[in-house]
Amino acid sequence: MLSVTGVSKIFPGVRALSDVDFTARAGQVHALVGENGAGKSTLIKVLTGVHPPDAGEVRHDGRPVRFTTPLQAQQAGISTIYQEVNLVPLMSVARNLFLGREPRGRLGLIDFRRMRREADEALRALGIRVDVRRPLRELGVGAQQMVALARAVAVDARVVVMDEPTSSLEPREVHTLFEVIRLLRDRGVAVVYVSHRMDELYEICDAVTVLRDGRVVHTGPLAGLDRLRLVSLMLGRDIGEVRGEGLTKFTGSHHAAAEPVLNAEGLTVRHQLHEVSLSIRPGEVVGLGGLLGSGRSETARAVAGALPTDAGRVSVGGVPVRGGSPPAAIRAGISLLPEDRKAEGIVPGLSVRENIALAALPALSRFGLVDDARIDRIVDTFVRRLRIKTAGPHQKVGELSGGNQQKVLLARWLAVHPKVLLLDEPTRGIDVGAKAEVQALIDELAEDGLAVLLISSDTEELIEGSDRVVVLKDGRVVDELTGDAVTEDALLRAVAAVPAGGRDD
Amino acid sequence: MTELAVARGALDRGRLLRLAQQYGVYAGVAALLLFNFAFTPHFASAENFRTQAVQVAPVLIVALGMALAIGTEGVDLSVGSVMALATSLLSLYLGYGPWVAALVAVVGGVLVGLANGALVAFVGVQPIVATLALMVAARGLALVLLPQLKDVRDPGMSALGSGDVLGVPYLVLIAAALALLVAFVVRRSTFGRQLLAIGDSRPAARLAGLPVRRVLIVVYVCSGALAAVAGVLATARLTASDPTSLGTLMELSAITAVVVGGTPLSGGRVRIGGTVAGAVLIQLLTTTLVKHDLPPSWTQMAQAVVIVAAVYAARERGKR
Repeated sequence: MLSVTGVSKIFPGVRALSDVDFTARAGQVHALVGENGAGKSTLIKVLTGVHPPDAGEVRHDGRPVRFTTPLQAQQAGISTIYQEVNLVPLMSVARNLFLGREPRGRLGLIDFRRMRREADEALRALGIRVDVRRPLRELGVGAQQMVALARAVAVDARVVVMDEPTSSLEPREVHTLFEVIRLLRDRGVAVVYVSHRMDELYEICDAVTVLRDGRVVHTGPLAGLDRLRLVSLMLGRDIGEVRGEGLTKFTGSHHAAAEPVLNAEGLTVRHQLHEVSLSIRPGEVVGLGGLLGSGRSETARAVAGALPTDAGRVSVGGVPVRGGSPPAAIRAGISLLPEDRKAEGIVPGLSVRENIALAALPALSRFGLVDDARIDRIVDTFVRRLRIKTAGPHQKVGELSGGNQQKVLLARWLAVHPKVLLLDEPTRGIDVGAKAEVQALIDELAEDGLAVLLISSDTEELIEGSDRVVVLKDGRVVDELTGDAVTEDALLRAVAAVPAGGRDD
Repeated sequence: MTELAVARGALDRGRLLRLAQQYGVYAGVAALLLFNFAFTPHFASAENFRTQAVQVAPVLIVALGMALAIGTEGVDLSVGSVMALATSLLSLYLGYGPWVAALVAVVGGVLVGLANGALVAFVGVQPIVATLALMVAARGLALVLLPQLKDVRDPGMSALGSGDVLGVPYLVLIAAALALLVAFVVRRSTFGRQLLAIGDSRPAARLAGLPVRRVLIVVYVCSGALAAVAGVLATARLTASDPTSLGTLMELSAITAVVVGGTPLSGGRVRIGGTVAGAVLIQLLTTTLVKHDLPPSWTQMAQAVVIVAAVYAARERGKR
């Protein structure tokens, strides 16, 4: 139905897709999986006309096509349902369903009665009962997604691409969604389904294509593929592959004190975390394992007060920390190195010096005035200690390389003397040399008695850097690896484990 | 060889552009001054400079507050109405003496700023909408307090409006002092640093534990207080309170001064020196055209050209 052959796509500095073949067949639900940066989104964008491919061919119905805009792809019968619903929230459900192709009466005016009737019929056919005159935003996210789906079906889509459609749905809604997907499949629609949830993939999908680093590493029917094999394909690690010597700069175990400094209990955020508990001792590096979307970053953000929780407690050294407030968490000694360095970490327009001093400013000033001499001393110390390569402390942080930006952020947090350091993907997107330096630094910090939480999609880094690994899945703690059990093998098994067998710590 | 030459050419162009962005306003002011010295009769007189400076003082003071708001990626549209509110309060409380009345007027400005800040920081209303609401509300309140023009007959006030020290009018001294104060706060205080960080990247500032809400509220309070001071000074100069017309379109003049001065609307940078120069540039431009007997419509068109040039420069900076 829709296929691409030999597609490559290069963004400045990154090869997002190289020589990718992918075929979505009519009447088949095809899963597209891969970790972050594997190229899933890029492939979807090539399929739906958002990005033209740099090389290769897109074929639709056997003919080569070249969509230059998403609209052309839509007109050719390819509909996309994104994670975030992209409809008009203030318009009624019916108007959203018929947006851009409203039924016209005489005089070219919109025939509202006919529109409502047809909208109602279309939604009923999918088993959804809502008042089509209500504005879309009054509906729950799940129902909105259903409307988006109904729209896709109503335009006689031949191919429907779904990008993590279940990420904000309730279990009941997921059930309805699957019903609709089956309906589409039986009608001969080709469905491309992107998700990180293993259980869903095995429930609904017929075939699977695994992407890693912009390449197809596996494609074929899903039925014969066991979970462990799928996870190892996604992560690029072989089962049972034992390494005598690691490639990372971690030295391994640390001497941890007995009493945990950080205690998080029962952290719950609707749709994202369920009763996540963890504790870290001073001098210990605890890894958070799990696939993308398993709640790793959410856990770190909840602990750091950046994500308001519905339930749960965090305490540092036995003293409870007020939730939902980053300043309170920072005062208690919790620092978070966020995952999205560019958007949430650095302040690009300010200098290296001011970025380092940012969090520690109140302590570095007298009567509200900045004490420049003290800042200069601290900045100088950290620039030398972390070997930050910069033209000078007054260079803008936005001009530095990724690795040096990350070091500036680490310096910002070390300057406030934290007790607990939460590192969310500290080495993502930085070059090999800087990566090794950051890893060595993490080790050193733990030696100095800091409690470190490490999140990394790089399995090797996670295993070798951590003394203990807490494994998350669908926002729940499913396993904890300690001591000799901290191996890639054990991690893969824990991630791939079939649900309902998980232990809760 | 050739490549090197080309590279240097590009570099020079980039540097030229950056220089234009950094110092374009000052160059504009200098050019206008030179032009006027050469071609405008009676321009180079102390009296003329006094008039120019006194006229620019209120716009300048308002623009200082505006620069802070724009630095946080916001804007404060209520400044003109705050001036009107200040003049109403001033003439109402003049019976208690000029100092008390001026203080009440500034407190009025602070309260409007608090309302703006609370809407922006706690309710999460976009600054343009929040301050638009207060713009309407404050003007309405000013007219309720004082429905029509009223003469201000107070020796203290008229001294403030027309007195001077060594030939420099009080108004100009106050404006200069406030400009220095705001520049100092932006450059040297924790508040200034936090303001810039919040304007540059709000999520990063929040995750770095900065008191985002407090800073935003203080910014709008400062803007309100500065606008109220400008209202008091304008009243003193005119020796009359006119809440229907005082400060109308002031918000646009202030934004113009800030933008022409090189402060980007996307936040994260505040150029106080540039803002001062921007206000002076617009004032000089108007004077030049008026003195050469060109109709007011020309002034507006000339302003438009300056604004477009400034925005063009800012756009180039954004792309870098």
